[in-house]
Amino acid sequence: MKSLQGTWAIGRNTFTELVRMKVFYFLLIFALLIIGNSAFVSKFSFQEQFQMLKDISLGAMSVFSSLLAILATANFLPKDMEDRTIYTILAKPVPRFSYLLGKLLGILLLLALSILLMTGLFLLVLWLQERGVLTETRAQLQGAPAEELQTALKEVAAATFNANLLPGIAIIFVKSALLASLTLFLSTFASSGLFAILMSVAIYFIGHLQATAREYWLSGMDIHWWARVLAAVVALIFPDLQAFNFVDDVIAGVAVPTGLFLETMALGGLYVAVYFFLAAMVFAGREL
Amino acid sequence: MILRRMLSVVLLAAFGAAVIPFQISLAAHAKAAQLRSTALNLELRERIGQMGFLAALSGFRSPLAAFLWIEAHSAWENTEWGRMAGIFNTVTTLQPRSLLYWDMAAWHMAWNASVAAMQDEKQPSEALRIRAQRQYFNLGRDFLERGIKNNPDRYQLYLQLGVLLRDKLEDHSAAVDAFLRASEFPDAPPYCRRFAGYEMAKIPGREREAYEFLKALYQQGEKQRLPTLVNLLRQMEKKLDIPASERVDNP
Repeated sequence: MKSLQGTWAIGRNTFTELVRMKVFYFLLIFALLIIGNSAFVSKFSFQEQFQMLKDISLGAMSVFSSLLAILATANFLPKDMEDRTIYTILAKPVPRFSYLLGKLLGILLLLALSILLMTGLFLLVLWLQERGVLTETRAQLQGAPAEELQTALKEVAAATFNANLLPGIAIIFVKSALLASLTLFLSTFASSGLFAILMSVAIYFIGHLQATAREYWLSGMDIHWWARVLAAVVALIFPDLQAFNFVDDVIAGVAVPTGLFLETMALGGLYVAVYFFLAAMVFAGREL
Repeated sequence: MILRRMLSVVLLAAFGAAVIPFQISLAAHAKAAQLRSTALNLELRERIGQMGFLAALSGFRSPLAAFLWIEAHSAWENTEWGRMAGIFNTVTTLQPRSLLYWDMAAWHMAWNASVAAMQDEKQPSEALRIRAQRQYFNLGRDFLERGIKNNPDRYQLYLQLGVLLRDKLEDHSAAVDAFLRASEFPDAPPYCRRFAGYEMAKIPGREREAYEFLKALYQQGEKQRLPTLVNLLRQMEKKLDIPASERVDNP
């Protein structure tokens, strides 16, 4: 129980520390991006405007959350060691495991809040745009038969908010949580924050090719032994980040089946747990 | 410490091996649900460049498609139809499940580019202008047919294909098929069947079939009894010499 309280306290402190580092300023850029986009695309049809708003907003959400996960996590251990705060914390009866878990918890809290805020902002802009188009449509179809008006209004509503967007956003969160956990693992043996950042970014790109490497490795094609070994290494060591890429399809209006959504969330949770476990294992043996 | 690091890599590989069947099953489920169906191949790599391809690979297909769409709009403002067609190809490859991109690409080609081709002052030969116009009609049709291949579970592109076949290519038989295919979807609007009936009536030799089809729609109730349908039925009754007792009532 005491260990849990300690973990929670570290998590809270981590979160507060990140907030004090003014990481939420990126929300300003996000807001500028989606509001600016709305103004810029006003010459397009309303369907195009909504499509682009969703494309840009969810794409930006994915970029910002991934960047935040990597950048915020990579610096923690090296910074705590440099500032010597880690020694103060670990000198108390706080297990290293709890310390690490608290750090991850703080970062996950930050990611969840950031994604919630970005979602709120995106939905607000979408709603305001929808209201504008609905008013315009009503004015244009004044005097038209009620059925025609209803069909037009339905068309506008169908082009805006879609409940399928929410699972897509949840998967963005899981992907960023995976990246945070992975970066935490890398930072347990990294000598600097920069090393952890570079490694995480490289893994981010390679992770999106893991599925291709896996197929290549398991396809039984006649390839050089070294190519097969390379594909096997990529398939075994790197996470399958393509498995978390639903957002592009969700924007296009495709529904993610509940089973597939839950399986993807479970895979994300598994990656987070395994990377955290490995991070704790390496960190437990690290000389401080 | 080194031992722990090595052990962590071994454990990571063991976890990687254990999770592969789950990853394969997940990829199969996604494929069955027609998710992540974009073909990221060398052809696309050539069209969008290295950075674009990297962005597409990293899960940023939709913002990339949006930026390219804005570029296509600029091309439209400058009436660069060939460039537009190229960008549309890229956008639809990046976002094959977005109906809007297929629909708009087809519309730009079959409606806007085709009209521009017919009014091309630089081309004195009318025959060549007509040929160019037909090429743009077919380009529009090609976008819709490829869109349908990528989205066979949605009615919208079948409906748009029917409209293009009706208004531009005047292939009434193919238009009937497209409208009927659209009408089979539970969420398709009721006018899809009416459109199929109107087109059927234009096909020589199928007038009787069209009459029966439209009459069946008429008998479904007030919602289907629109002036166009009723007027067409009246004309067909005269043309087919339908006995007074079998004719539809005056609305």
